[in-house]
Amino acid sequence: MDTFVAWILRAIPFGTIIMYGAMGEIITEKSGNLNLGVPGIMYLGGFAGFASAYLYENSVADPNMAFCVALALVCAFLASMAGGLIYSFLTISLRANQNVTGLALTTFGMGVANFFGVFILDGRTATQSLVYKTFQTRLPVLSELGVIGQMVFGYGFMAYAAVILAVVLHHILNHTRTGLNLRAVGENPATADAAGINVTRYKYLATCLGAGISGLGGLYYVLDYNQGIWATTGQIEALGWLAVALVIFTTWKPLNAIWGSYLFGMLYWLYQFLPTLMGFSVPGYVTDLIQMVPYLVTIAVLIVTSMRKKREDQPPASLGLAYFREER
Amino acid sequence: MAQGNKHEPLLRIVKRGESPFRLKLLVRIAAVLLALIADALFIYFVTGLDPLAVYTTMFQGTFSTPMRFSWAMRDLASLLLIGIALAPAFKMRFWNIGAEGQVLMGALATAAVMVYYGGKVPNAVLYAAMLVAAVFAGALWGFVPGWFKARLGTNETLFTLMMNYVAIQLVACCVNIWRGQASGLGKLNMRSKAGWFPQLFGQRYNINLIIVVLLVVLMYCYLRYSKQGYEIAVVGESENTARYAGINVGKVIIRTMILSGALCGLTGFLIVGGRDQTISTTTAGGNGFTAIIVAWLAKFNTFYMALISFLLIFLEKGAGEIASAYNLNDFASDIIAGIILFFILGSEFFINYKPIFHLGKHGTITKEAA
Amino acid sequence: MEYAIELRHITKTFGSVVANHDVSLSVRKGEILSLLGENGSGKTTLMNMIAGIYYPDAGEILVEGKPVEIRGPKDAYACGIGMVHQHFKLIDVFTAAENIALVLDRREKYDLKAVKDKARAICERYRFDIDLDQKVYEMSVSQKQTLEIIKMLYHGAQLLILDEPTAVLTPQETEKLFAVMRNMKADGKSIIIITHKLHEVLAISDRVAILRKGEYAGTVETCAATEAMLTEMMVGKKVELNIERPEPVNPHLRLSVHNLSVTNAEGVKVLDRVTFEAFSGEILGIAGISGNGQKELLEAIAGLQAADKDSSVVYYPDDDRDSTAEQLIGKTPRDIRDLGVHLSFVPEDRLGMGLVGSMSMVDNMMLKSYNEGRSILTDRSAPRHLAEEIKEELGVVTPSIHTPVSRLSGGNVQKVLVGREIAAVPSVLMTAYAVRGLDIHTSYTIYRLLNEQKKKGVAILYVGEDLDVLIDLCDKILVLCGGRCNGLLDARSTTKEEVGLLMTQIKEQQEGGVA
Repeated sequence: MDTFVAWILRAIPFGTIIMYGAMGEIITEKSGNLNLGVPGIMYLGGFAGFASAYLYENSVADPNMAFCVALALVCAFLASMAGGLIYSFLTISLRANQNVTGLALTTFGMGVANFFGVFILDGRTATQSLVYKTFQTRLPVLSELGVIGQMVFGYGFMAYAAVILAVVLHHILNHTRTGLNLRAVGENPATADAAGINVTRYKYLATCLGAGISGLGGLYYVLDYNQGIWATTGQIEALGWLAVALVIFTTWKPLNAIWGSYLFGMLYWLYQFLPTLMGFSVPGYVTDLIQMVPYLVTIAVLIVTSMRKKREDQPPASLGLAYFREER
Repeated sequence: MAQGNKHEPLLRIVKRGESPFRLKLLVRIAAVLLALIADALFIYFVTGLDPLAVYTTMFQGTFSTPMRFSWAMRDLASLLLIGIALAPAFKMRFWNIGAEGQVLMGALATAAVMVYYGGKVPNAVLYAAMLVAAVFAGALWGFVPGWFKARLGTNETLFTLMMNYVAIQLVACCVNIWRGQASGLGKLNMRSKAGWFPQLFGQRYNINLIIVVLLVVLMYCYLRYSKQGYEIAVVGESENTARYAGINVGKVIIRTMILSGALCGLTGFLIVGGRDQTISTTTAGGNGFTAIIVAWLAKFNTFYMALISFLLIFLEKGAGEIASAYNLNDFASDIIAGIILFFILGSEFFINYKPIFHLGKHGTITKEAA
Repeated sequence: MEYAIELRHITKTFGSVVANHDVSLSVRKGEILSLLGENGSGKTTLMNMIAGIYYPDAGEILVEGKPVEIRGPKDAYACGIGMVHQHFKLIDVFTAAENIALVLDRREKYDLKAVKDKARAICERYRFDIDLDQKVYEMSVSQKQTLEIIKMLYHGAQLLILDEPTAVLTPQETEKLFAVMRNMKADGKSIIIITHKLHEVLAISDRVAILRKGEYAGTVETCAATEAMLTEMMVGKKVELNIERPEPVNPHLRLSVHNLSVTNAEGVKVLDRVTFEAFSGEILGIAGISGNGQKELLEAIAGLQAADKDSSVVYYPDDDRDSTAEQLIGKTPRDIRDLGVHLSFVPEDRLGMGLVGSMSMVDNMMLKSYNEGRSILTDRSAPRHLAEEIKEELGVVTPSIHTPVSRLSGGNVQKVLVGREIAAVPSVLMTAYAVRGLDIHTSYTIYRLLNEQKKKGVAILYVGEDLDVLIDLCDKILVLCGGRCNGLLDARSTTKEEVGLLMTQIKEQQEGGVA
């Protein structure tokens, strides 16, 4: 039982990282933009959030932690949006190829985060921002209410914010005019255009806001999951691609991202907890195979949806295509 | 009831037919120059260093010593080879984002043969087995998404992307098995050097280079002069036309993806046998992704690919040089390369489209009611 | 008389092509006006100007007596004009209600339930039968059309334009649509319906306006009109074209099409038991309003379109019947070629099917023959000679035979395509709208080429839309209507009116169309 609880306690924070990444990408893809720059954007968000908090802490004698949290959030969001803006300008205004631009953005984001990160590291292999304690603050009473309390309330506020955000996004996409218009843009920009929807504006906004949300995943990774420790690792990149995989797994629905991300988290940590749960030990190499499962599951989802051809589960019809209104 | 005063928009965008070669060249040169200026500004503002001096230092990254040049050529070989492998798939408008995984599978197969047969069979047989295994493994990784695309229309961009991570985990698993109790895998067959490429003309990486040069020419000819290359071009342009011409579209897709994957597998073989003599999850080193950009920007022309690969490798080496010379870090190369890529990607717009500016409010025939 | 809309002296040109020239017509309040005309007579262009898709070069539009300026679909909505296009502007994965809500006035609150209530009221008022929660991709064509109409009414359309609404409907569905149209008329709405079918025109409309070759040919009260009179107004007087028509020499059976049926992806039978024979040295014209099965007919013969069970297309190679006849149904284009059947096909979509736009003339020459020979390399010397030859003989205007063909003008593109297909020494040559969009000079070049092939003993299937040309060029004319053979005429003795009538109304039942 303890193992199971520990497993859940590991899986949910892990899921939260990629849930942010995936939710941002869902919004982006709903507008018809396939942004493969998610890893880069998560790097930007993670680094900007960390750097702003770290610099603030170290420049003020008595840092206000609430302000520090807000600062980190705002900086992470803005930096990620800047990444989204580069992507938007190139793909929407200049109609550059989406895949290639996204990959270039991933290179760029990784470069920016790690290049400046090294300045902050200043020769050390890792630095820590203390704001992680605020990020990790649990609800005082509820989180101590036994196993259930721990499992339900044992996380920092951003884990809950992610769930709320998923519900809000679900609502916006399915029950508001904005969501309806956005989906129309991603499905059939020409029809949306004819209905008087400003296709360019929707694409820009969805891509930039989506990037901002994805970036929060990077922030959560650094300042909560990783206990405020910044080090130059490739970990965020792998998480970014996992977020892209999660988008497919959810079939572009934010509500599915909630359980999907936790499931991915469970699968990711399966190697550490399942053997103990089952009462046998597993050699190290098997764990690597188990870590493959999220990707295999995603591939299976991809194949099954293309086989069933159920329209609700398909990618937005204009995904990956630039829209060009021909001369009338 | 007349609606608004919407006159002709100020900026109108028209698709160009075919642009003259001069324009293409001009736009691209301008893009690279602007990018270099942007990079110079970036370097200046971040580090306060004189950009010109920095660029001189960068130059040394590749050209200062024969050894440096040899390293640059070695890395160029890997990147360019993957670009060549991707060319037929991209020409067919098949988004093979899975080069990273296909290379890794080739590398893994090579390493497996080295581990299990190294020293047990004659060297010639060993090389042949490594090559065959690598090509087969890469081809398999290309075949799977190709088959699903041809049969079910499964989105290839996402499929190939996921296949990368399956490959990475497979590699991680095998490395784990092979290293046993050791902390790392180290060079394979360290003592016997079984499966290591011999030096050729006194240079370690010459075999890789020769193969790449050969493939640049071969792939160029394949795409341009072979029947299969012709089919790829027709399928990429329009599946309807391909059917009209009697081309079996599904067959071409699968065959081309096998070829693309096989060449990626070959790259893995060359990296493990001719460069690293070991394997890790970073054996492909992101080249699988960078090569996508290379292939796309070169518009599938392998000679342009060589140029663009060289530019990127030059930047990477140069940035490394700056890093050590000025106490920075070599992630700068990612930023510098990123900026250049953004500019080149953006510049394509001015080749394919023509912006027309409208000044003044002419051109509307409006008869307002008196 | 109060008019819902008046068009005065409307002119619209696309490049050098005049789509509408000085057209004036008007629609009364509460009336149904039929807009009649052949393919390419400018009906849709004219209506698109009312709906805000195009902007006229000259002329003015008055809505309820006031001049208006319609610069986009939104302006049209604001003027109470709604158009149902042939290609529906719907989002497939949305429900009916969501599609209606998509064009909501921004000031209106977004409330799907309110949308549904209002839409339901409209449905009840005009007796529409539709499930507002159904997804569009689950709907039949007729349901989609209904949804489009509801959408327009929802946005307060007083004038409704229907572009060939019955082309995609079954007779029963057409009846239902007409009933709805009458309801709307009774409610004071005005309707313009574009159609080719004369009996429908007579059944539904109050007046008929006729366009001919982009110009206004007049308006008649339906009660005073007859089919013959409308046909004459639509097709005009016979024009002598002076196209050569050599007598067929020694014709023998080349292609026997029997019970050819094709069902499309939506499950609609687009070709229904078509039966005819084509002879060597003859040009068989195929007439019909576009979209009545011509495309499917040619593609099924060429092996590009799967045919239903029991369809048969038999090819007879030569006059001695001993050599084997070949069944072409069930074979791919390459199978057919491998049988030694020289089947040339000039498809309607020149750059999307017949040619590769980004490739040069040389590369396009080998589109069908690239695979010949055992070498793994392509041989470009023969294609280069052929390209030179075609450029020379047909006068293709191009900077070089290495220029991508998409850069050539429409006429030159067609010369390249026809030139290649003829160079393949066909025994059957099929052309779809071979002269569409071409100038007179190029058109005559094409006719000349076809006649040369005819003299060489090729069996030619010529799908065309200009009746004058069909009558002057062809030996026989097969008329397709609703995917069926509606008659086979001798081109030398038939009249434009006869062909026109067969095109627009289905004859009461006949077996096949063998004359």
